[in-house]
Amino acid sequence: METPENNKTRFGFGLTKGRQIDYDANDKKLCRFVVENEPSLLLCIGCGGCTATCTAAGFTDFNFRKLHHLLRRGEVFNLEKSMKNCMLCGKCKLVCPRGVNTRNVIFSLKRAFKMTDFSKTQ
Amino acid sequence: MKYYDPFILPFTIGLYFIFTFLVVKYAIWIFRLPKPDLIKIGKGFFTVKTFSATKEVFMESLLHRKVFKVNPVLGYMHMSLAMGWFLLILFGKIGTLSFSQDFFNPVHYAIFFKFFEPEDPHFFYSKTYYFLMDTFLLFILTGVGLAVFKRFRSKIFGLKKTTKTKLGDKFALSALWLIFPFRLLAESFTSGLHHSGHYLTGSLGIFFAGFLPLEMLVYPSWWAYSLALGVFFVALPFSRYTHIPTEMFLIFLRNYGIKTGNEFSGFSQAEILSCSRCGICIDKCQLTVAGCENAQPVYFLQDLRNNELTPELAMNCLQCGRCEEFCPVGIDIKKLRLIPRNELTSDNADFGYLPAAETRKAEVVFFAGCMTHLTPGIKKAMKNILDQAEIDYWFLDEDGGVCCGRPLILAGEMDSARQLIDYNRKLIFDSGAKILVTSCPICLKVFKKEYHLDVEILHHSEFILRLVEQGQIRLNKQLTRIAYHDPCELGRGSGIYDEPRNLINKTGTLVGSETEREQALCCGNSLGSFRLSAAHADHIMKDALDSLSTGNPDILATSCPLCKKTFSKAGKIPVKDIAELTAEAMSSNKDSIPEKKDFPEKNMDFAECRVCELEEEII
Repeated sequence: METPENNKTRFGFGLTKGRQIDYDANDKKLCRFVVENEPSLLLCIGCGGCTATCTAAGFTDFNFRKLHHLLRRGEVFNLEKSMKNCMLCGKCKLVCPRGVNTRNVIFSLKRAFKMTDFSKTQ
Repeated sequence: MKYYDPFILPFTIGLYFIFTFLVVKYAIWIFRLPKPDLIKIGKGFFTVKTFSATKEVFMESLLHRKVFKVNPVLGYMHMSLAMGWFLLILFGKIGTLSFSQDFFNPVHYAIFFKFFEPEDPHFFYSKTYYFLMDTFLLFILTGVGLAVFKRFRSKIFGLKKTTKTKLGDKFALSALWLIFPFRLLAESFTSGLHHSGHYLTGSLGIFFAGFLPLEMLVYPSWWAYSLALGVFFVALPFSRYTHIPTEMFLIFLRNYGIKTGNEFSGFSQAEILSCSRCGICIDKCQLTVAGCENAQPVYFLQDLRNNELTPELAMNCLQCGRCEEFCPVGIDIKKLRLIPRNELTSDNADFGYLPAAETRKAEVVFFAGCMTHLTPGIKKAMKNILDQAEIDYWFLDEDGGVCCGRPLILAGEMDSARQLIDYNRKLIFDSGAKILVTSCPICLKVFKKEYHLDVEILHHSEFILRLVEQGQIRLNKQLTRIAYHDPCELGRGSGIYDEPRNLINKTGTLVGSETEREQALCCGNSLGSFRLSAAHADHIMKDALDSLSTGNPDILATSCPLCKKTFSKAGKIPVKDIAELTAEAMSSNKDSIPEKKDFPEKNMDFAECRVCELEEEII
């Protein structure tokens, strides 16, 4: 059987994974949990200030804005791995023009991944 | 049987119950202590530590010295109940020993001496004995009176709010309040009947004999006294009054050198049960200002004890340490709050991505920290000062750098933080520096506590003061009036109060404020808090700013970038860091006129573009 990686490299061409957003298949449970714990996340205007100042983003592709985006969509498949990059330093919280408590968003996600009913979805 | 009557049963049963309960409980705690702590007890037991612990028990558990410091009336109330009761028991026992010449007379004989010997028999110094017993009883009764009064009007005790009680507490509280009035009645009735008793019980006895059928009342009153005692003893383990014996136990453990660890142990159990729920922390906790009703240490410890702790409560704490400063029991509340946090997270961050950074050899390493990077004014000033003093330094995190690890520790993620600590530690170690300077108190604390470095770790205020004293930089004193805000992590966290003040006195005039040093208020933006909303944090900030502005200063100085950023937001008064003040005083000419009051400095960074500040209020 051909793996996606093989597809990618064949003759320099390949099939990319479908990019459509399937809201029926996506899991919004995690998003609900986080918003319940940190309602200020709903105030986000997606300005990206958090990502611009992020310490971890200097070394990795960790991106709070993208993380939030995917979370709201329910595409939570890679979040747990991504979370491990965060240093919780709080610079993002300080620069947020909307006063979103970003540290608690990350912490709520960490809490969720420790709970069994959320880790099953991974 | 000699010295026996059925009415003593409630008291005796209660006493044996509480005795067995406590012995079993303490044995379990000691059993659950980690091994190094057990060794500490073993080593310290036959040393002077036991004596100092006994002295501390006397000062704190009986005299309540620390409560006196908070408020004298509150202190008197606690002292009269504890010391008075202790003296009543002690002298009661001595009196019965002197009279009966029997060392092994039962415990209840001393407690109900008046019942068994109603005629006030004569023995060695018996007149003094009866006088003292009446005095001690009166002493306690004044305390009980104050305690009842406190329930309705807590203001005269310096408490704006008093603790909300639980059912078990109400039960024990009522029993405790009734014990001594019942004793007074029982002794007075007996005295009235037998024409005995000293100034209190004797006179009351004559008074009651005038209009009451004392023959019928004497026996029931002794039953009531015994019952009140019995009920109190049985309710004690299930109420806040467990603190009475447990605090003594805790003081001994603490004197042997045991500290709160990163996990729950027998010691932390003792700490939790030592909380007397006196409510002193309620007013001192700044979450009260923000309108949070149930997050104060007293409720946190109560929920922890009852296994009802919610994640919200565990995460809602500024970690400013103000409660610990005032806690009469000296519970390590900050540390206890981090333990449940650890249980909430997976603590599995992976910082394997960090590159092998290059080190530079230098005499001094300067670590700005994340927060300083958000206040570039401080960074610039520090560079300026270090260049002026011609220091051979290496700016470790000039290009951003890596977090010090303290924010992760505050989230309860010790293992994750360890990776960052190791990373930074290697960098500092490889530089071969002798001094590590940081302009962030949050980093300073973790450098001192967790890094185990071989270098001298200084806060920039200490370092700059040293440079000034050694004559490496010269400052021109100006006429500005400066108020100083003690950052929590620097003051209470690291005990640095004087260095920034000395430095301010060299650049301007220091103005005092209402809450200073150990009592300083938190700016509200602490990294310790995860649950506090921006609007709530603003309440705390404004409250702290009001208290700092009492001296009507021109400038507010602080030595923490996070505090600076928080206070600047209000836009009321220019906020400057110690480094910025120094840099200004350094560059200005001697003849220059004092600076005019200007607007809060605009930082170039992104943070200041708070577009919709008003909408934060909606949160």
